[in-house]
Amino acid sequence: MKVLLNHPVRELDIPGPKRVKDLLQELALLPESVLVVRGDDLVTEDDTLRDNDRVEIRPVMSGGGGTNALP
Amino acid sequence: MRCRKCSNKAVLGIPRHHTAFCGTCLTDFVSQQVVRAIKEEDMFTKADRVLVAVSGGKDSLTLLDVLHRLRYDVAGLYVDLGIGEYSRVSKSKVERFTQTRGITLHVHEVLEKEGAGINDLSDRIHRPACSTCGTIKRYHFNRTAVEQGYAVLATGHNLDDEAARLMGNVLHWQTDYLEKQGPSLPDSLDGFAKKVKPLFRVAEREVAAYAIVNRLDYIVEECPNANGAKMLLYKDVLNRLEHESPGTKQMFYWGFLAMQKKGSRQRLSMAENDRAILQPCLKCSQPTTSEVCGYCRMMARAQTV
Repeated sequence: MKVLLNHPVRELDIPGPKRVKDLLQELALLPESVLVVRGDDLVTEDDTLRDNDRVEIRPVMSGGGGTNALP
Repeated sequence: MRCRKCSNKAVLGIPRHHTAFCGTCLTDFVSQQVVRAIKEEDMFTKADRVLVAVSGGKDSLTLLDVLHRLRYDVAGLYVDLGIGEYSRVSKSKVERFTQTRGITLHVHEVLEKEGAGINDLSDRIHRPACSTCGTIKRYHFNRTAVEQGYAVLATGHNLDDEAARLMGNVLHWQTDYLEKQGPSLPDSLDGFAKKVKPLFRVAEREVAAYAIVNRLDYIVEECPNANGAKMLLYKDVLNRLEHESPGTKQMFYWGFLAMQKKGSRQRLSMAENDRAILQPCLKCSQPTTSEVCGYCRMMARAQTV
């Protein structure tokens, strides 16, 4: 499957089938810090990704600034 | 994974609430959390004009979308910081978002009005870009809200933003900031707008999921100046704690708010507090919060085994 990552933008080829949970573990990503999007749809950790899927790992953390700045 | 409300396929598991939602029920959940925040913290009503600070990111566009759908009287304010391509893209997303929904948008151009972009200004005054940016945004958010006659200024700070900010303030014992950290700050004097954070009950991941499910076209790219920012470090630490122990972030921040509210009423000394809640145990006369103390209850149970 094609896996698009952000920050920085890059694409990886990873063989499927694979559960979302296992993919995140393989990429050393915390489930709390990302969302996984297949096509236009969100998938959950127990979903299985197929070899021909295109997947985006969308980071959810944002926020520069000092601790008392606005986002 | 199935939605706990309607049994359709879930799009997001929310361990802190032991639940999971499909897209429709997630949208309802976020809206309900916003309504609850607005009411509990007495933020504003449908009769008030609300100015929402928008950056083009997921949080501020989600907030504007939720409030607009709930038929609050909202307008947007975008401060163009002049950070090259990042500002150009985020501004175009905000303009498209507000135009398609018929929402009024105020724009403040830093490059034009302040004579330089954020990076140039911060170089001139030898301050970090994020600090300069924060000062400029806070100033124009407040000024626009007051001058344009809005009842309140709303920002897209979510639960993670507030928990991370609290962690930073606690780690550095910034007690002045701790006193002022809350989801609803009053317009305590003339020229000072009321400021609210209606997303404080919603985790960052839930906000991002709302934005994706509802096809909000937000800027995914992080501000180039945010690289290595402390806030991101604190959020990462809190996410690790949340992963091991779901609910940590809300316990930390909401617990802080509960303590803050309690503290704003007359704080009792430890002795006064003890006198208010303790009484002699009916069996042994030792002080206890209940009629029979824990020791006597335990020994009574032990004797019956």
